[in-house]
Amino acid sequence: MLHDADRIFTNLYGLSDWRLRGARKRGDWDGTKAILEKGRDWIVEEIKESGLRGRGGAGFPAGMKWSFMPKESDGRPHYLVVNADEGEPGTCKDREIIRHDPHKLLEGALLAGFAMGANTAYIYIRGEFHAEAQRLQVAIDEARKAGLIGGNACKSGWDFEIYLHHGAGAYVCGEETALLESLEGNKGQPRMKPPFPANAGLYGCPTTVTNVETVAVAPEILRRGADWFASLGRPKNTGTKLFCISGHVNLPCTVEEEMGVPLRELIEKHAGGVRGGWDNLMAVIPGGCSTPLIPKSVCDNVLMDFDSLREVQSGLGTAAVIVMDKSTDIVRAIARFSKFYKHESCGQCTPCREGTGWLWRMMEKLVEGDARIEDIDMIEEVTRQIEGHTICALGDAAAWPIQGLIRHFRPELERRIGIHDLTITAPAGGYDEDIPEDISEAV
Amino acid sequence: MTVESEVSAESGPRFLTKEMRKKIEEITGRYPTRRSAIMPSLFLAQEEYGYLCDEVLLEVAEALGVPEVWVYEIATFYTMFNTTPVGRFHIKLCTNVSCLLLEAGSLLSHLEKRLGIARGETTGDGLFTLSVVECLGSCDTAPVMQINKTYYETLSAEGIDQILEELKARPADGGREGAPA
Amino acid sequence: MPKITINHMEIEVDSGLTVLQACEIAGIEIPRFCYHERLSISGNCRMCLVEMEPSPRPVASCAMPVADGMVVYTNTPMVKKARKSALEFLLINHPLDCPICDQGGECDLQDITMAYGADQSRFQENKRAVAEKDLGPLVATAMTRCIHCTRCVRFSTEVAGVEEMGATGRGENTEVGTYVEMAVSSEMSGNMIDLCPVGALTSKPYAFTARAWELRHTETVDVLDAVGSNIRVDSRGNEVMRVLPRLNEDINEEWISDKTRFSYDGLKRQRLDRPYVREDGRLREASWEEAFAAIAGRIAAIKGAKGQKIAAIAGDLACCESIQALKDIMNAFKSPHMDCRQDGAMLDPAARAGYLFNTSISGIEHADLCLLIGVNPRIEAPLINARLRKRFLMGSFSVALVGAKVDLTYAYEYLGSGPRTLEQILSRSHMFAELMDAANRPMLILGQGALARADGAAVLAAARDLADQFAMVSHDRNGFNVLHKAAARVGAMDLGFVPGEGGRDVAGILDGAASGELEVVYLLGADEIDTTFLDPAFVIYQGHHGDAGAAAADVVLPGAAYTEKDATYVNTEGRVQQSRLAVHPPGQARPDWMVLRALSQALGQKAGYDTLEELRAQMIRSNAVFAELDVAAADRTAKTKWAAFGAPGKMNGSPFADTVENFYMTDPIGRASETMARCTDTFIVPHLSITGTDG
Repeated sequence: MLHDADRIFTNLYGLSDWRLRGARKRGDWDGTKAILEKGRDWIVEEIKESGLRGRGGAGFPAGMKWSFMPKESDGRPHYLVVNADEGEPGTCKDREIIRHDPHKLLEGALLAGFAMGANTAYIYIRGEFHAEAQRLQVAIDEARKAGLIGGNACKSGWDFEIYLHHGAGAYVCGEETALLESLEGNKGQPRMKPPFPANAGLYGCPTTVTNVETVAVAPEILRRGADWFASLGRPKNTGTKLFCISGHVNLPCTVEEEMGVPLRELIEKHAGGVRGGWDNLMAVIPGGCSTPLIPKSVCDNVLMDFDSLREVQSGLGTAAVIVMDKSTDIVRAIARFSKFYKHESCGQCTPCREGTGWLWRMMEKLVEGDARIEDIDMIEEVTRQIEGHTICALGDAAAWPIQGLIRHFRPELERRIGIHDLTITAPAGGYDEDIPEDISEAV
Repeated sequence: MTVESEVSAESGPRFLTKEMRKKIEEITGRYPTRRSAIMPSLFLAQEEYGYLCDEVLLEVAEALGVPEVWVYEIATFYTMFNTTPVGRFHIKLCTNVSCLLLEAGSLLSHLEKRLGIARGETTGDGLFTLSVVECLGSCDTAPVMQINKTYYETLSAEGIDQILEELKARPADGGREGAPA
Repeated sequence: MPKITINHMEIEVDSGLTVLQACEIAGIEIPRFCYHERLSISGNCRMCLVEMEPSPRPVASCAMPVADGMVVYTNTPMVKKARKSALEFLLINHPLDCPICDQGGECDLQDITMAYGADQSRFQENKRAVAEKDLGPLVATAMTRCIHCTRCVRFSTEVAGVEEMGATGRGENTEVGTYVEMAVSSEMSGNMIDLCPVGALTSKPYAFTARAWELRHTETVDVLDAVGSNIRVDSRGNEVMRVLPRLNEDINEEWISDKTRFSYDGLKRQRLDRPYVREDGRLREASWEEAFAAIAGRIAAIKGAKGQKIAAIAGDLACCESIQALKDIMNAFKSPHMDCRQDGAMLDPAARAGYLFNTSISGIEHADLCLLIGVNPRIEAPLINARLRKRFLMGSFSVALVGAKVDLTYAYEYLGSGPRTLEQILSRSHMFAELMDAANRPMLILGQGALARADGAAVLAAARDLADQFAMVSHDRNGFNVLHKAAARVGAMDLGFVPGEGGRDVAGILDGAASGELEVVYLLGADEIDTTFLDPAFVIYQGHHGDAGAAAADVVLPGAAYTEKDATYVNTEGRVQQSRLAVHPPGQARPDWMVLRALSQALGQKAGYDTLEELRAQMIRSNAVFAELDVAAADRTAKTKWAAFGAPGKMNGSPFADTVENFYMTDPIGRASETMARCTDTFIVPHLSITGTDG
């Protein structure tokens, strides 16, 4: 279990002052100038050494991503874009950072921006977070007033402006290139890659898009050293992480823990345990709705980090743990995700635009068992036709939860079809004439 | 046209006031292109009028000097832009899984019954619009809804009744405290 | 040059190409819907996915730049599955209404599904229905069929330059259309029909009139402006059913204007399908013999030197063959009174370079500055405007305009309204002169609005001065350009259909006819003149439509329209092209050269040719340019001489006029077309009423 001394987000629950004065008391903005003076390369190296992996879901090594930015400007400005478009169902960690520890984000933005040669940062915050955006704006204003950002930020000689940009309700804008499109005033439709944002991102300029949490932990890493961060967690899965635990637990919460914490420990120590006890657990979605569920048998021993969860054919994602006890209609829960992806598909590329709607409609039938046994394989195949065939990862994300369901709960799907077949009064999808008379009579 | 215009003129701009145009110009200063200011400008207009009618979209396009179709695409792509009128209180109930697991489904039925409308509808007195939305990002306090700009968390049926009563009792002071978003 | 291995075959391709283009070079077909050579890459249809080492997922070949050492497969199970999947997804919400779809038989979705798709659908749900959009009188929509490839959106944004099409909504509810239901205000909108890979956008006038496989295709050229767009005329029986563009990189690429595409219904209305002779003030039907006899009789009645009493005007749609034949007759009567410049443009026949678009249309792409003088290319030659826009989008291209302020779809610097500005540039007292000095490959385009005026010859000379002063003309290029509006004009100039010694120009002919000095006026499809002047004269009208010229005629000789004859036209670039007979002329109408040949015999001046080949040989004797087909003057081995032309003199200060009021009705065919009338109602009339109230 994480020691209090190793906690980065010391005001996660908003128990003390979120404003600059309080933040300073907690150590934020401490020696920022000195860190900046160590130079761009040092910062990037230190982040690399720390093993920090992106906290937005994909888990790409942060230092490496930052290092992709051109070392010398070719005249085009560089941009840092902070992805605060938190929308992955189950996830509510960035919101806590923004409203309770906004200065960690701003200090991190300055350090990251400086390390990338960016004088401008845009924080793209989801539109629904009005109160959070308001706070963040206050924090930006007071940081600027205190000379921490703006011209000659922290007296470092580096100019750094931070602007807030509000999203307007589109999950897909959490995808980095969709977010850039949105910032440019377009529909949030992901771009084809290459080119990658580090070469041609916002307004065609070198850009790095990075998650709130990734940016917010950077100052502490740089202050306490890469070794400290790397000593937490497991190899390649270092540091601390915010976990959001929701669903059928006694005390839903967001908590900072060490990477690689056992799932069971996480739920029992921080979230008051599964409703009705551990044995009442049916399944867990470990990393937000894009990650395939894992059944209780896997939950018993799995560790919460990128690689451990990948080994069980799921993923850490945003570390949004959705706990489902045995009362859960697991098929309906996954069908709800399918509806979500149908709703959030940007409509640009074929497999996602057409496929997500198809998946959802088939999932709704599976909820009722209003399908044929072969349809289970068919829907599985349709998910494979979407996965890997789309411009962005939303298609994959739509496919994975269903694949997880079929992988672990196929008998449940078959059971429903069996019951439905016994009780049908109307056939599924076909024509009335197709019902053989004997089945009708059997009913 | 159900929205009353602030500026009355036979022709020419009717919806974007001088102050709003000034604010839009200010917003454009944050970005290297005027196109980037479309979303913030639409929020500005929606704050004022509650929703975005075609004329507002046209005027935003004209104020920014961008093609109308760009603005129209944006207004129809993002769910927070209302292209049809909404009530004074726009209730947005999350029904994604974290909330669904904690009975958001029955809260939806409860809301529908209490308000006497189905999801997507507005009450006859124009007070409430009930929408079902995707994850609001407050899963550890599920179930959750947002009314205008305010989050209401760890909801229960009783809690909802209380909230509705409070809102009904609020004086219609003309100002849109927290415009529908 | 990167080497890339495709299906175990190593090829070397230019860097900067995409994998899809490399596959095409290797002769491997990659199916696609959204990708189009002339549009930006959007990568949304996912039909062109290929396997690429070491990527575990298929890659969109349309967007992937080639890199050295790439290993690509297009025939693996992964690729086959990807194609089948994309098609299945495209088809689940596509109505299988092919039997009632106008695209049927020439539909990419049909063809590609046949080649790469599954034989049945596993989709059991209800299909999506999408409301139709009203895109105006030309483009019919069936948006339920739309597969969201966004080609139409990209075309209108990028090529046509009108930001009106877009995709609204999102996800499966995405709909392609215009901003709040409006007609697409582009003079090139019909190209979206060709680009649409399915039957979502089809031709409104053509709707349900024919099936693709019933049509006979004739490759020919357009004459409704002076661009000479290459077209394909599709006919069934003896009826033109539609007009489509034909690829010609040097001229129209693969676009055509809406006028070119949709005027064809005008070919079926108001046609002159038999000779007429005026009797007691009314035109009555007559036989060819009667008509010829009437003409011969009237000419015979001329006292004195007949040549001095006869005049001829060649119209804007006349073919070179008929112009040559008519000129031969005029020569036989020793008449110098002939002209082809209906609008009175002061074109100088002295030097060919003085009336050509010397840079060539494709040459625009190599210019770095363009000065427009008294011209609105968007209306006068939409394809040339599209090329200017294309060049503009490449960057580093300054455009400036002297004349009427208009929307060209790209930014330009407005310098002034008339000759004063030209004088300022010439005297280098205008700032723009500096920019012109700095340009490496400047060009200018001189429009008829600058020439069809009393001081036109002086303007022409001033423009020539500009070209000289700013180094537009060198051994390997010529930046001096005249943009014509009439398809017949350059050919007629080349054939010398201009006043001979002591001859009258158009204005002179009209005056002569009015005063009685001229007794007989021959109008070869000339409808754009003030025919009231002709009242006292005996007027012969040869042409295909009952328009202004025929109404004023004493004898009407029915000729053939451009789709009804093998004929020669020279476009504004000086490019000699031939049209082909797609359908036969209606009734007793005949190809024009035959009419003139028969007439020459009736007049006792039998022409020196009996066949089209002999006539064409005569044309080549008149001017050697006719020997070389399909080559712009810029590309000829024999250089067009940069001789003196125009008449230096005083220019008056009046602004250059916008010479086209209605893009859709510039000629007798357009004026007879119901489609063009609908376009006029939609696009022109509302605009007129606005200016009307303002003025």
